[in-house]
Amino acid sequence: MSKTINPVAGYENQIDSAYDHNPNDAHHAGDHHDEGPKVTLGFWIYLMSDCILFASIFATYAVLKGNTAGGPNGREIFDLPYVAVETALLLISSLTYGLAMISMEANKLKAVIGWLAVTALCGLGFMGMEIHEFIKLIEEGAGPDRSAFLSAFFTLVGTHGLHVTSGLIWMGVMFVHLFKRGLTPANRIRLMSLSLFWHFLDIIWIGVFTIVYLMGAA
Amino acid sequence: MSTPDNAKPRKARSPHAKPVDTDQTHAEVAHHDAHHDTAGHGTVKSYVIGFILSVILTAIPFGLTMAHMMPAATLIPVVVAIGVVQILVHLYFFLHMNTSSSQTWNNSAFIFTVLIVGILVIGSLWVMYHLNTNMMPGMMPVE
Amino acid sequence: MLTQAEPAAHAASTADASPLVEFLFGKLRLDSVPWHEPIIMVAGAGMVGGAILVLGLITYFKQWKYLWTEWLTSVDHKKIGAMYIILALIMLLRGFADALMMRSQQALASNGGAGYLPPDHFDQIFSAHGVIMIFFMAMPFVIGLMNVVMPLQIGARDVAFPYLNSMSFWLTAAGAILINVSLVVGEFSHAGWLAYPPFSELEFSPGVGVDYYIWALQISGLGTLLSGVNLITTIFKMRAPGMTLMRMPVFTWTTLVANVLIVAVFPILTVTLALLGADRYLGMHFFTNDGGGNPMMYVNLIWAWGHPEVYILILPAFGVFSEVVATFSRKRLFGYDGMVYATAAIGVLSFLVWLHHFFTMGAGANVNAFFGISTMVISIPTGVKIFNWLFTMYRGRIRLELPMMWTLGFIITFVIGGMTGVLLAVPGADFVLHNSVFLIAHFHNVIIGGVVFGCLAGLNYWFPKAFGFKLHAGIGKVSFWCWLIGFWIAFLPIYALGLMGMTRRLDYVNNPVWHVYLIVALCGALLIFVGIIAQLVQIVYSIWKRDELRDLTGDPWDGRTLEWATSSPPPFYNFAVLPKIGNHDAFWDAKQTGTAYVQPKAYEPIHMPHNTPTGFLIGIVSAGLGFGLVWHIWWMASGALLVMIGLGIVHTFNENRDYYVPADEVKAIEDAHFANLKKAEQ
Repeated sequence: MSKTINPVAGYENQIDSAYDHNPNDAHHAGDHHDEGPKVTLGFWIYLMSDCILFASIFATYAVLKGNTAGGPNGREIFDLPYVAVETALLLISSLTYGLAMISMEANKLKAVIGWLAVTALCGLGFMGMEIHEFIKLIEEGAGPDRSAFLSAFFTLVGTHGLHVTSGLIWMGVMFVHLFKRGLTPANRIRLMSLSLFWHFLDIIWIGVFTIVYLMGAA
Repeated sequence: MSTPDNAKPRKARSPHAKPVDTDQTHAEVAHHDAHHDTAGHGTVKSYVIGFILSVILTAIPFGLTMAHMMPAATLIPVVVAIGVVQILVHLYFFLHMNTSSSQTWNNSAFIFTVLIVGILVIGSLWVMYHLNTNMMPGMMPVE
Repeated sequence: MLTQAEPAAHAASTADASPLVEFLFGKLRLDSVPWHEPIIMVAGAGMVGGAILVLGLITYFKQWKYLWTEWLTSVDHKKIGAMYIILALIMLLRGFADALMMRSQQALASNGGAGYLPPDHFDQIFSAHGVIMIFFMAMPFVIGLMNVVMPLQIGARDVAFPYLNSMSFWLTAAGAILINVSLVVGEFSHAGWLAYPPFSELEFSPGVGVDYYIWALQISGLGTLLSGVNLITTIFKMRAPGMTLMRMPVFTWTTLVANVLIVAVFPILTVTLALLGADRYLGMHFFTNDGGGNPMMYVNLIWAWGHPEVYILILPAFGVFSEVVATFSRKRLFGYDGMVYATAAIGVLSFLVWLHHFFTMGAGANVNAFFGISTMVISIPTGVKIFNWLFTMYRGRIRLELPMMWTLGFIITFVIGGMTGVLLAVPGADFVLHNSVFLIAHFHNVIIGGVVFGCLAGLNYWFPKAFGFKLHAGIGKVSFWCWLIGFWIAFLPIYALGLMGMTRRLDYVNNPVWHVYLIVALCGALLIFVGIIAQLVQIVYSIWKRDELRDLTGDPWDGRTLEWATSSPPPFYNFAVLPKIGNHDAFWDAKQTGTAYVQPKAYEPIHMPHNTPTGFLIGIVSAGLGFGLVWHIWWMASGALLVMIGLGIVHTFNENRDYYVPADEVKAIEDAHFANLKKAEQ
């Protein structure tokens, strides 16, 4: 049934006038125009649910963090300068992603890809450091099966890491999309959503370094 | 809100966006962008200000903790307060949350989420504190 | 209640396998199928036979292509909603078979007899009954009704993300498949419907039952969460021009609040089950007895999800009753604003009561008092709703059609169930009644009397809208009376037994005095079974006699809201011209002012999404992911995960997702509808 027929301009006007009549709560269904705000709101709602997902893990961590079962506690295993470097990588990646979005606004495809690549590198660096930290802890006998505290620590930090990894995979796919089609409306919406996701992960990381690392080492 | 005229010719996402009816396509993109500021994009300046603020707000708690200048009882509230401020900075400068009317739903969703997160975390800690005290006195965290 | 022998024997049989067999099949062996259990084998053979029969019939009638193009790959919200409800009805049968087995076991094993179910099997049955009824009967039923009705009520042409909607359904279906596979391959969880640790930990439940439980719920839970995001966005962004929030039909309002609850609490369930899974798969210590684990945290988290969950189920049912009462009283709903605020208030309060599920765990007087009072407070907005329905009926011209009968049955049943709930909200009373069958009677009273009656009211009310013909009223009445009377015969004795001190989940009852009560309860359950059969007969008979029951107008009940403004069944684009709304009860107003049936002079092309197989494929592959994880078949699990991610990514490269329906085609469909309207007038 896919016929290539263009909507008659009158149709658009007719609907738009109805729309203008009550701009805040009325929308015409299923038209291209709405794809952007719809996706942005839908994605935002998903992020809110992700927020609650992290809140549940934070609550579990807070309840279990004293239960070291004779194993090491936070002060003994946390390496704050190392975490500071991880944090710096994420902060820089937030800035570079912002610059990618500004380049998108200016329709500079190459700059978008460039800034996105820098962002991805920072993300990869962060993940490399996190995996290295995990391996080191496991080798020292402070793995997630050692105590409830360590289970909660690995799960909380690891869940954030898993999200960062998903973000990196998404960025990888975005490169293909951008090379293939450039800054199409669809790709702009995707970059926008990924931007929300990436900055959101940064906010979660503020929670992680404050509650896990800083409070644990205090 | 300009149209991406230096971008590669866009493939037809649908008949609606065929390069033939250029005028309409451009009108559509403009319309699109107008809607986009539901989340905004910020400027280089706002991103850099946000970045500098968050670097400062990260450096202070790390510095305070690593210097071991304060007892934990003082340090923890300070660190948490700075963390909250930094989250607000990120929300404002990176996620571009503001009070414009186009953001009503995003803001309501966010406030509701903060409420639920608060109930969940504070409630769980309150409940679990009492459960641990009453039922598992031997397992209370040693701190 | 647990036999350790079986899992132990099972563990021994996997120990001496060759590495290749272990790689290929994980823990799965031929003797994982309980060949020696006649009941399971008969049930399994019935299931497999039924599946083969259905597949055979589809092949014989050459319906595969139709099935594939019109249903499996469909992104039409009405078809996805119908599939949700079909899934719910099938799972209702499965879950009710479990209920009958429990009732008969307790009736047989309460007068010196041993019954026919071994303890381990009985434990699996009550666990499966709860899981299936909540997650795979009630949830799909309400989500199905929301999917069919809500976009029509707000004058939209589809949901915000049609492809995501299809994926949500198929993820739910994959969870249901996993649960049913567990009947034959391996075992199901014996740890109750919420799988409390430490019993559900590897140490005490080494079999695959709890793993089936975890992965079935994780996969279907993801589907539910995505559908929540989808429906909220639909309501916020796709209402027809003029439909302000306070002009939305009440069912749409309850859909909105229920989906906000879904999005807010399903992540908690995901985390809780993931942490239990981390304990079982990675040797972590969240809820174990040793290593500093704290099982009480699991109970706390799962009820932080679990209590809002019951409101996710009941609120849409409240919405159904609100629509039905207004329509069949021929009056505008009394206290619309109050209804909306009561719904929102219940939504928020539902987050503040979760501890009442574990008053007896020992949080102490202050904590118990807070949660007891907050629980009682919920009865206030609920009472507001009850009175609104009563006042809507007051001096209305009531028609006792089927949906209205279900509503009246609901009001009586639910009020009594609600009152036993307020009784249980008193911590002191709860200490006496906790874990007794009084609680069982209470929650069946509100879930059957509220959610199930609501779903069946909704089914009878909206069936003609979805399929174009009414359900047969006579057989429906048989079903209604069997359900209503059967419910009370089944659960009044259970209330009494609870007060006498009978605890829940007993496979053997050593008090002969209770025998007669359990016999009566069994009779009640059998009567409900007749009601369920009558419900199915009603559907089959109505399909057979569909020409006599045909609804040509699209408005069989003289309805008030927008879904009745289009034809029955609605065209795939729902509305040829988007309606403009100036008031509540938009369609009623249009009928009053005479604008309801005026055919527009010309039509415009309509923008619609293409069908896509991606959602279906991801869903089916996710069942493979779950199966691989349950049996530790790592190549299967990782392969399935990669395929799922791959399918999702490939889908983003599909640029041909939507098209325009030409105006001529719209006109042809609408002309046929208006011709039908003329025919109906004569």
